[in-house]
Amino acid sequence: MAIEGIIGKKVGMTQVFAEDGALVPVTVIQAGPCLVVQKKTAEVDGYDAVQVGLVEKVSNRRVTGAQRGHFEKAGIPPVRTLVELPYNGEANVGDKVQVDIFKPGDSIDVVGQSKGKGFQGVVKRHHFKGGRATHGSMFHRAPGSIGASAFPSRVLKGMRMGGRMGGDQVTVKNLRVAKVDPENNLLYVRGAVPGGRNGLVVVRFSKNGKRGE
Amino acid sequence: MPEIMKLVESREARTDIPNFEPGDTVKVHVKVKEGDKERIQIFQGIVISRKGGGTRQMFTVRKVSGGVGVERMFPLYSPSIDRIEVERHGRVRRAKLYYLRDLRGKAARIEEKREA
Repeated sequence: MAIEGIIGKKVGMTQVFAEDGALVPVTVIQAGPCLVVQKKTAEVDGYDAVQVGLVEKVSNRRVTGAQRGHFEKAGIPPVRTLVELPYNGEANVGDKVQVDIFKPGDSIDVVGQSKGKGFQGVVKRHHFKGGRATHGSMFHRAPGSIGASAFPSRVLKGMRMGGRMGGDQVTVKNLRVAKVDPENNLLYVRGAVPGGRNGLVVVRFSKNGKRGE
Repeated sequence: MPEIMKLVESREARTDIPNFEPGDTVKVHVKVKEGDKERIQIFQGIVISRKGGGTRQMFTVRKVSGGVGVERMFPLYSPSIDRIEVERHGRVRRAKLYYLRDLRGKAARIEEKREA
C-alpha cells in the first residue's frame, strides 16, 4: 500500500498498558477503510495525489447529481468525506486503504478540527498575561493598549483581540502509533488529537518521521 | 460511552484478578525488574481504596512497615502485577478507609467479615 494516510473518526481517549507495564495515554481512532475515488496526476492536475473517501453509509438522497457522476466514474458507492492524500509508488482508483498501513512506533501527523470555544477573551485566546486580581489592581483580563494614537490613527491588521476561538483546523505533528487493530479498524495514537468525539481526523505519516519496526 | 470504547477497554481488562473490597487484606505479587532479571516482590496490606472505572481502576494498599505507614497504589489491570491473593475479608462501613492513617496499633485493626 502506497497511500500515505487515512481518514478516521475520533472515538475517545483511554489508557493502555505497554509491554513493560507503563501506562500509555492513547486516543482511539476508528480509521478507514477508505477507497480511492480519484487519482490526480501532474500532467492533468499539476500535482500528484489521490482522493480517498471514508467508507460510510450515505443515503442516496444526500448525493447530488454531480457527486453521483463522480462516484460512478470511480465505480464505488458514494461516501460523505473526501480527502486528498499524497502517495508514492503505485495507487489506483478503487484501491482500499486500511489501518494496517500503520505500525506501532510510526511517527504520524493528525489533522482535525479543534473544539469550538465560542467568544473568548484575550487571556484564553492569545495567552495574554492579564493583570493582578487583588491589591487594588483595576486591570484584570483586559487586552491593554492596542496601538498608538495620532499615528497611525488606526488599529494594525492582525492585532490580537477577543473573538471566536476554536473550530480551526489543527495539525498535531509527530504523534506515535501505540497500537493497530486491523480487525476493528482501530488506531491507537499516543497522546491527544484535535477535536471532540466522533470528529473527523486525517492521519498521515509525518514528513521526516521515523517508521516503526 | 461508545460501544467501541467499551470494546477497547474490555480488551485491556484482566480476568484473573480476584474480587476484593476495601477492608480486605491482600497480598500483591509485584514483578520487579532489576537490570535484566525479574523477580517477584510481595506487598501485603489492607486495601484502603478502590477508585476509577474500566481500565483506569486503581487500588491502594496500606501496610505498616517498621512503625512507618506505607501505601502503594496499583492499576488494577497492570501487567506488572503477577497475581493478587486475598488473605482476609474485612468488615468495614466505608468505601475509603483513609481514617486508618490516623490510627495506630490496636485501633487500626479491622474486624473480619463473617460469612452470612
